[in-house]
Amino acid sequence: MSTTLQNLVNQPYQHGFVTDIESDVAPKGLSEDTIRLISAKKNEPEWLLELRLKAYRQWLKMEEPQWPNVKYPKIDFQAISYYSAPKPKKNLNSMDEVDPELLRTFEKLGVPMNERAKLAGVAVDVIFDSVSVATTYKAKLAEVGIIFCSISEAVRDHPELVRQYLGSVVPVGDNYFAALNSAVFTDGSFCFIPRGVKCPMDLSTYFRINTENSGQFERTLIVAEAGASVSYLEGCTAPKFDTNQLHAAVVELIALDNADIKYSTVQNWYAGDENGLGGIYNFVTKRGLCKGVNSRISWTQVETGSAITWKYPSCVLRGDNSVGEFYSVALTNHYQQADTGTKMIHLGKNTRSTIVSKGISAGHSNNSYRGLVRIAPTAAGARNYSQCDSMLIGEQCGANTFPYIQVGNPSAKVEHEASTSKIGEDQLFYFAQRGVGAEEAVSMIINGFCKDVFQQLPMEFAVEATKLLGLKLEGSVG
Amino acid sequence: MIYQDSKTLLAVRKLHATVNGIEILKGMDLTVKSGEVHAIMGPNGSGKSTFAKVLAGHPAYEVSGGEVAFEGNNLLELKPEARARAGVFLGFQYPIEIPGVANSQFLRLAYNTVQAERGKDELDPLEFDDFVREKMKLLEMNPDFLDRSVNEGFSGGEKKRNEILQMALLEPKLAILDETDSGLDIDALRIVAGGVNQLANKDNAIVLVTHYQRLLNYIVPDYVHVMESGRIVKTGGKELALELEARGYDWVGAEVKANARVSL
Repeated sequence: MSTTLQNLVNQPYQHGFVTDIESDVAPKGLSEDTIRLISAKKNEPEWLLELRLKAYRQWLKMEEPQWPNVKYPKIDFQAISYYSAPKPKKNLNSMDEVDPELLRTFEKLGVPMNERAKLAGVAVDVIFDSVSVATTYKAKLAEVGIIFCSISEAVRDHPELVRQYLGSVVPVGDNYFAALNSAVFTDGSFCFIPRGVKCPMDLSTYFRINTENSGQFERTLIVAEAGASVSYLEGCTAPKFDTNQLHAAVVELIALDNADIKYSTVQNWYAGDENGLGGIYNFVTKRGLCKGVNSRISWTQVETGSAITWKYPSCVLRGDNSVGEFYSVALTNHYQQADTGTKMIHLGKNTRSTIVSKGISAGHSNNSYRGLVRIAPTAAGARNYSQCDSMLIGEQCGANTFPYIQVGNPSAKVEHEASTSKIGEDQLFYFAQRGVGAEEAVSMIINGFCKDVFQQLPMEFAVEATKLLGLKLEGSVG
Repeated sequence: MIYQDSKTLLAVRKLHATVNGIEILKGMDLTVKSGEVHAIMGPNGSGKSTFAKVLAGHPAYEVSGGEVAFEGNNLLELKPEARARAGVFLGFQYPIEIPGVANSQFLRLAYNTVQAERGKDELDPLEFDDFVREKMKLLEMNPDFLDRSVNEGFSGGEKKRNEILQMALLEPKLAILDETDSGLDIDALRIVAGGVNQLANKDNAIVLVTHYQRLLNYIVPDYVHVMESGRIVKTGGKELALELEARGYDWVGAEVKANARVSL
């Protein structure tokens, strides 16, 4: 590969700064005492502590999964701090009282914490290390009965709702990292959209890991009652550290009859440097349950960061005629590794699912799509369409596709298409001969490649994602 | 056409170039003035296409000697995109497919890039759409081409029309058309050649690289050059092409060898 292609993917990470803020950090290490400490710090009810301990005891018996197509040294779970929170100056009554250092941090990241800000119209819950520091537009949303707050607040103010749904989609012992999360999760967002309400604005959570050697274990729970609908956005960044940080989140979505949840992620965790040093291990369990008839859950993700991504946003299609969608762009560069995809579990009749996955590999990275489509014997008339495309930039990277298809009902229809392409020197020369430099050329090719996914993103997010991919690839083509 | 007050656009002196360490161009000389149409002919492997790619700056070719001046400036020190913006256009023998990128997007990006370089206004998508549709009429192209991916699934003839459409949009000073006639049926050849003729004027120049004389029935050259073993061995007027068509290339080589013996 010539130098032009090389230089294009090597843009420095823009969000790698550390905020100097006094934090309350728990000592490193994991034990029942750690869990009791977290629970006590958050003044949690007894049932939640019991749930955590149950998860922890299951986790102790579990094995770290070996099947993903990723390689990393064994994680020392005793070397991680499981709780880190910026020390509050006092109890907050409004956004104006948020620590100005935090406001500046998020301003720098382009996250609107000020309700009067230009990017208004999106309600934001901001998570800094282990805790939620602010949620905007709460009052306005409450007028239509929507609850949007940190999960800690939800536990305090709406314990019956949290208790009913928490762990109902991802059980505490679901998998190794989900069990860990269930034991030690610190904060996250909670959304509840009551019956018949269409959420008037996009809801958004912004995650920021600030402290070195801390893990982030957030928990998000979104419930849309019958006939409700919501569009939810998630963004994330982290400072640059030479060490790896663990991010093991769990997201649960529940859609009742005729409800509609759209969940969009632009993931831009720190990916490590060009030699693969540092970066986030992003081991995340995301699952949506289409519990009611005609319900719909749609996942859209743009994965650009993380040293390692292990993530399969999934849909369990239990309600008849329910719809699951997964649109994904996963970009890896340098020594990043991604093993990502989805699971579509068809249980109800005439359930439908669509999978569109676009993997882009550059540098020495390795990018795998892993997907499961399971049609249960009960899922008469179920349909699935999957499309998995890979694009390679340069000679040192890899792309894999691991589709698993299990069909238990003869009336089901399952389609799978896959392709692999490469950005070649000849394509770049063609652009150059028309006056267009390599960076713009790659950006145009990549955007064309990802078009089907970007179309699914809300407007501002789509613009953001386009820019992000451009930045990530800068210097990779040459 | 040859004009009295024309200026030199391209001056190639003793150009040597290699690909994968093998020397292909071995002392190429060529001067092209504004308003002129040159045809470069020659047998397979004589270095015609290499010459075209070297002028455009293809990264696989390395210049190992000689000089190329474009409007008096050293062309060889410019990156390919800078050469294009300066007004050097290569019509590709095998236009490259770019899946997922709409032709309209690609054409507008190229157009605006070159416009910006010339200090002229860029066009927004709607303005550009009107503008490009006008240009497409010149080549009898269906507007559907705008929505399709660049060259993907295009027939040979469609690809070549798309090349000349790009030439029409970018208005280069020097257009090097590499085997633009290959793969064209007689109707497509007429349309493509008609397009090129309409674009030719006294300020620009065209270099046709071709195997066959038939293109030259439609685009009449002022000079015909014969390449062999990496350099031009014979230059004549348009009648030379007819002679080549009738007699093949072997006699040119024989004549060159004979002349070489005489000069010894």
